[in-house]
Amino acid sequence: MSTANSEVERRLEGRYKHGFVTDIEADSLPPGLNEDVIAAISVRKNEPQWLLDWRLGAYRKWLKMREPHWAHLEIDPIDFQAISYFSQPKSDKDRPQSLDEVDPKLLETYDKLGVPLHERAKLAGVAVDAVFDSVSVGTTFKEELKKAGVIFCSFSEAVQDHPELVRKYLGSVVPRVDNYFAALNSAVFSDGSFVYVPKGVRCPMELSTYFRINAAETGQFERTLVVAEEGSYVSYLEGCTAPMRDENQLHAAVVELVALKDAEIKYSTVQNWYPGDEEGKGGIYNFVTKRGDCREDNARISWTQVETGSAITWKYPSCVLRGDNSVGEFYSVALTNNYQQADTGTKMIHMGRNTRSKIISKGISAGRGQNAYRGLVKVGKGAEGARNFTQCDSMLIGKRCGAHTFPYIEVQNPTAKVEHEATTSRIGEDQLFYCLQRGISEEDAVSMIVDGFCKQVFRELPMEFAVEAKALLEISLEGAVG
Amino acid sequence: MLSIKALQASVDGKSILKGLDLEVGAGEVHAIMGPNGSGKSTLGNVLAGREGYEVTGGSVTYQGKDLLELEPEERACEGLFLAFQYPVEIPGVNNTYFLRAALNAQRKHRGEPELDSVAFLKLVREKLKVLDISDDLLHRAVNEGFSGGEKKRNEIFQMAVLEPQLAILDETDSGLDIDALKAVAEGVNRLRSPDRSIVLVTHYQRLLDYIEPDKVHVLAGGRIAASGGPGLAKRLEEEGYQWLEDGGIGSVDGEADKATATA
Ligand SMILES: Nc1ncnc2c1ncn2[C@@H]1O[C@H](COP(=O)(O)OP(=O)(O)OP(=O)(O)O)[C@@H](O)[C@H]1O
Ligand SMILES: [Mg+2]
Repeated sequence: MSTANSEVERRLEGRYKHGFVTDIEADSLPPGLNEDVIAAISVRKNEPQWLLDWRLGAYRKWLKMREPHWAHLEIDPIDFQAISYFSQPKSDKDRPQSLDEVDPKLLETYDKLGVPLHERAKLAGVAVDAVFDSVSVGTTFKEELKKAGVIFCSFSEAVQDHPELVRKYLGSVVPRVDNYFAALNSAVFSDGSFVYVPKGVRCPMELSTYFRINAAETGQFERTLVVAEEGSYVSYLEGCTAPMRDENQLHAAVVELVALKDAEIKYSTVQNWYPGDEEGKGGIYNFVTKRGDCREDNARISWTQVETGSAITWKYPSCVLRGDNSVGEFYSVALTNNYQQADTGTKMIHMGRNTRSKIISKGISAGRGQNAYRGLVKVGKGAEGARNFTQCDSMLIGKRCGAHTFPYIEVQNPTAKVEHEATTSRIGEDQLFYCLQRGISEEDAVSMIVDGFCKQVFRELPMEFAVEAKALLEISLEGAVG
Repeated sequence: MLSIKALQASVDGKSILKGLDLEVGAGEVHAIMGPNGSGKSTLGNVLAGREGYEVTGGSVTYQGKDLLELEPEERACEGLFLAFQYPVEIPGVNNTYFLRAALNAQRKHRGEPELDSVAFLKLVREKLKVLDISDDLLHRAVNEGFSGGEKKRNEIFQMAVLEPQLAILDETDSGLDIDALKAVAEGVNRLRSPDRSIVLVTHYQRLLDYIEPDKVHVLAGGRIAASGGPGLAKRLEEEGYQWLEDGGIGSVDGEADKATATA
């Protein structure tokens, strides 16, 4: 370790001589990935040595790893040397100067989603004064959180202000070399969110509802850490229903959740990144590692996700049910249209006694979309009385799309009960006709049927998010039928 | 109201309706009977505009318009209602929500203001009382997990709320217990009015004990093989369809109810 460090230091020094200092103060690093780049990121963020070491350790392991190919996805090879691993948000002069310069189609979508006017400009990347209503609102809420003792800040801030907490929990759920993309993220993560809820505190609001706009530009290697101390509760909302302008093609995020004794974390995601055009050109590659650890007894973690964006989604929010009686839940809607591909699902790892898990997955494929559910339910030897219920439904719209289900079940304890139900239905031509025959238009009928199909998942979303998610599905499906 | 002339239709390239003629006047109730697979449901589907049912000849005029030119949802909005032989389940879609969406779509089409949920609920409660349908069905998803009889009642309930001009009931009486049968009959009888027409597809006389039809037709071989008054249904109940195929044309209970077989 120490030799490695000094090597980096040496290299850094060497670079300094050649004017690297000015480089790292520039807006972005040139494309390419090596230890210098990682060190530069770390220096740029003023990180402590241990974190740089941690990044480098991940990087070295990553070099030896291979991209996973087991998912049901067709992916062009990614050139990791062609990516720039550190870039500042665009400067104002490079942005559209007003909404008039923004793609009208994008604005139309915002309109349909009911995105407030002041948020539209920000989402569309328009250069506007940094003062938004949401910011002042944000400050009020920050005060309230502070009173409750809840820490909610960017990951970078947390590294500066709460290094002991970050150090204690970072990588404790998703080891830095857990998988190819997690290792890459650990090496180069840009920023993300940090949440800490102290013992016995019920977080007084849904986190990020009022902050989502500001979190829009956290970059392509996002890192999130949520820690809920004993007896605490927090609900965290990630993402935004409005399509976000983003020039990065590769996204590899890591989210870690830690729930201690009697604590509960609800984590909701709406993901609507650019899916590529109707011919399948462009679009975001989204490789996410999300895992929650019910580390102590009676802990509870629930993931709810609505995934409609990205060209490729590779994502398996998981729960490690370590504590006795702990509960893991996964509610998912994944929609693929045109040439989108999604391979998503969950892992429920039962280790404690009487642990329970529930999986509700709804996959919708339209156009030439390909949608795979991949789920693992694992019951360890010690998981006396563990229970799992999995329901996995697929809906096909049109004839050129596909749905695939890959359930893996490993049970090492004979007292466990694991139930799996799966259905696949083509959006009923008969359901559609039934609606039409009652006078309902085809477009309304499709969104009604799809919405009904997703009801079990939408129910889990916070109210306002659920309304947005519904609108989002409608928009994503426009033109899918007929 | 409805005038069908020499209608020919096929499904999957298979010819099913082969020159069907039928005139239904305003205010009339017609019963259509006929052997299994003779094309009764096909007729309903063709009239409602279902995809895959290809009209290969003939014409259908509905309230003076060329029905076959209209999209299925336009036909519905113009007051054509089909009670399905096998009502479809739509999981997760609330029954009341669905019906309100349907009613409002139709009201919008007619240039009437949409009903808000309070006004709608009031309307719904009135209809429920009349039809003796349990409140519980309102809160569930459309037909999901409904018993066979409940599904049929739900069709009638929808019909009562939507108040169509022309209602085609495809075996709505099949599989009903006696109370449900009475509820269905009540729903139909309440809808009866001089400006509305009803077509009942049925296999059984017992429905016609509660709803007296003006005319009874037998659909066989893709055509109306015989037409007559209420007595025709009684004869079919007793004798089946064999006598028709044997070419037995006869008068059924007297001059007033002359059955004419054209097969
Ligand atoms: N989608 C389809 N594909 C192929 N054949 C069909 C289809 N729909 C109907 N048919 C055929 O058309 C014929 C008429 O069917 P239809 O359902 O109209 O009969 P029906 O008179 O309503 O019978 P029942 O009294 O049993 O309800 C049958 O032979 C049926 O098999
Ligand atoms: Mg039939």
